[in-house]
Amino acid sequence: MFAGPGVKIKARKFAGWLPWHDFLTVTGQNDYPHGFTNELIFYQFMEATGAEIVVRCLAEEGVEFVFGYPGGAVLNIYDEIFKQNKFKHVLVRHEQAAVHAADAYARSTGRVGVALVTSGPGVTNAVTGIATAYMDSIPIVVVTGQVPTPAIGLDAFQEVDTVGITRPCVKHNFLVKDVKDLAATMKKAFIIAATGRPGPVVVDVPKDVTYHTTDFEYPATVEMRSYSPVVKGHSGQMKRAVQMLLEAKRPMIYAGGGVVLGDASEQLAELTRLLGFPITNTLMGLGGYPATDRQNLGMLGMHGTYEANMAMQHSDVLLAVGARFDDRVIGNPAHFAREQRRIIHIDVDPSSISKRVKVDVPIVGDVKNVLTDMLALLKQAKEKPDVAALNAWWTQIELWRSKNCLKYNRNSPIIKPQYVVEKLWEVTKGDAYVTSDVGQHQMWAAQYYKFDKPRRWINSGGLGTMGVGLPYAMGVQLAFPDAQVACITGESSIQMNIQELSTCKQYRIPVKVVTLNNRYMGMVRQWQEFFYGSRYAESYMESLPDFVKLAEAYGHVGMRIDRPEDVEAALKEAFSPALKERMVFMDFQTDQTENVFPMVEGGKGLSEMILAEEL
Amino acid sequence: MSRRHIISLLMENEAGALSRVAGLFSARAYNIESLTVAPTEDATLSRMTIVTVGSEDIIEQITKQLNKLVDVIKVMDLTEGSHIERELMLVKLRAVGADREEIKRTADIFRGNIIDVTESTYTIELTGAGSKLDAFLEAIDSAFILETVRTGASGIGRGERSLKV
Repeated sequence: MFAGPGVKIKARKFAGWLPWHDFLTVTGQNDYPHGFTNELIFYQFMEATGAEIVVRCLAEEGVEFVFGYPGGAVLNIYDEIFKQNKFKHVLVRHEQAAVHAADAYARSTGRVGVALVTSGPGVTNAVTGIATAYMDSIPIVVVTGQVPTPAIGLDAFQEVDTVGITRPCVKHNFLVKDVKDLAATMKKAFIIAATGRPGPVVVDVPKDVTYHTTDFEYPATVEMRSYSPVVKGHSGQMKRAVQMLLEAKRPMIYAGGGVVLGDASEQLAELTRLLGFPITNTLMGLGGYPATDRQNLGMLGMHGTYEANMAMQHSDVLLAVGARFDDRVIGNPAHFAREQRRIIHIDVDPSSISKRVKVDVPIVGDVKNVLTDMLALLKQAKEKPDVAALNAWWTQIELWRSKNCLKYNRNSPIIKPQYVVEKLWEVTKGDAYVTSDVGQHQMWAAQYYKFDKPRRWINSGGLGTMGVGLPYAMGVQLAFPDAQVACITGESSIQMNIQELSTCKQYRIPVKVVTLNNRYMGMVRQWQEFFYGSRYAESYMESLPDFVKLAEAYGHVGMRIDRPEDVEAALKEAFSPALKERMVFMDFQTDQTENVFPMVEGGKGLSEMILAEEL
Repeated sequence: MSRRHIISLLMENEAGALSRVAGLFSARAYNIESLTVAPTEDATLSRMTIVTVGSEDIIEQITKQLNKLVDVIKVMDLTEGSHIERELMLVKLRAVGADREEIKRTADIFRGNIIDVTESTYTIELTGAGSKLDAFLEAIDSAFILETVRTGASGIGRGERSLKV
């Protein structure tokens, strides 16, 4: 402790937070004329254990929730969590779910999500969650326990090489061997996770580091000479891009998850409307531009709309914004390259540019900054878009749109999965947060729930991780306690993390699970039907539980819906004020043979779609 | 068209830094012909030379992906400009009778040094571009070769072209 002239030392009680010597705060009298504040003002010059440092760093970062599961290596950290009230710890039932929930918190709020797991199996269970976040560029910090430093490498109990195991699926990771490095490492982790192209960062903390002590000071920032993401776009390239857009005859805007992650949807909407161009969103980009807007042609890709895929393939100038031309989006790159077009690509990650598809105007930078600068250039430009060419292009697009590629049989006596999603959209007035698992239901959710706002659609796009839906819904609901949160899932996916129904009970997380139960791993079944002579190898889900009873066993509300005419009423009831505080599990018995259309087969080109009526 | 490239990089001299680079190459199925690494005059920095083979597109991805690694400070494709490449080789040869003189002559021609001598062996130190080392091995009867150790190429730009923080 130190005290200088004009500095007063005060001691105070801080409910269950820190050992007594830390209740001393040093406050400048002039800054705080009324005496105490509710914050610890200076942490400098105070000894703290590694465990205290981890907890205080999280508090300093303004973390609201830590999703985790205790174990031997993290017991000291948990003991410090017990003593504090700055953030809430959410005890999951499996470490994978902890990371998914932290990931969904990050996706829905735009802030860094945090998970805490123990060494060994705690880490290996978390790996799926980390890889899921990595593929979708989600900013999370995962603190992992490790065996004490002298035991590392000796095959100690619950030891794995965490840094080694997670290396290929993190943006960066750290093993903290000295408690003196801990605070700066935590700061670096948060900076790296959230800036540039975001991603998961793992901080591996050996148990001895958690009880070693050092002077604690949380740095406001940390310099990293090797890390400096590009922020502003190159002005010459942006001028070329604007020129190219204004010359376009058949333009197309293709917007990905980068728009959502970069909080650039307003700028994107302004640019799109100013130009009057058609736009399509990727699976990850849904909500980045309002789905109900006429200029939006819907999602593109393997299960994209006819009009979006045709417009992509036949465009002469393509503006790609925060998207990465992946295989599920443009299909076969050779087929895509068959049509001559000029491509402008805006991305914060230079390695995403010209990776699968060669582009003509690369613009590296933060999507929001680049779009803002391009808007300014566009407004200054003397030229205007070619209205006659645009009108002709829109006429063509409307012709494609008139195919009505998302139509389905509305008179079916069996519940159609598309119908459930449509009704969910109506009942929630298009304003819910929707999480999904992976498979057919994910595609139907993406096609039929029209997202008008960013960060409302939470799914595993890149890794395609079954089992994310329920933990995702938990993360979102905790972040937005008053919001409507629906988890669209299937009977197969939901079983991959069904234990989290218990977490939902403990924390009274009132998510609404919409299970499209077709008794099959639907997407596997669909591929087997199309490409494997209808030999349904291991894709039928036998011995399903009675989901209603299961939900009730966990203390939730269960509903089973067998008839189309009951769908709307069930959804209305689930989202009614009477059940606002309750978790509701809806088991919709849907058509077993329904397939997702349109569909571009793997290896085929974007315009080679199979449509529903062609079968 | 695939071509040989020498990529030089500066990175933080931290535990695990090497495995990040090696892991990147294996995870993305890039070729590594050789990789050398050692600290620089500034002990917080490591300098690495990677020899790889790939098309222009692949090399562009390799340099971008290397730059993306948080520990990597600077990356340079030496083959894009004028540069010098050197590799060190130690060769142990069976050297008895009349062969001793012949081997010594060949070593002299290649400006190699004999750095260890026994009654029946020579160990020769040879420095140069990889192709020169290959040529030396071809010039020696393979039956004489007991052991070879090569460091892999180290590279540096010519003149003012340098890789610095």
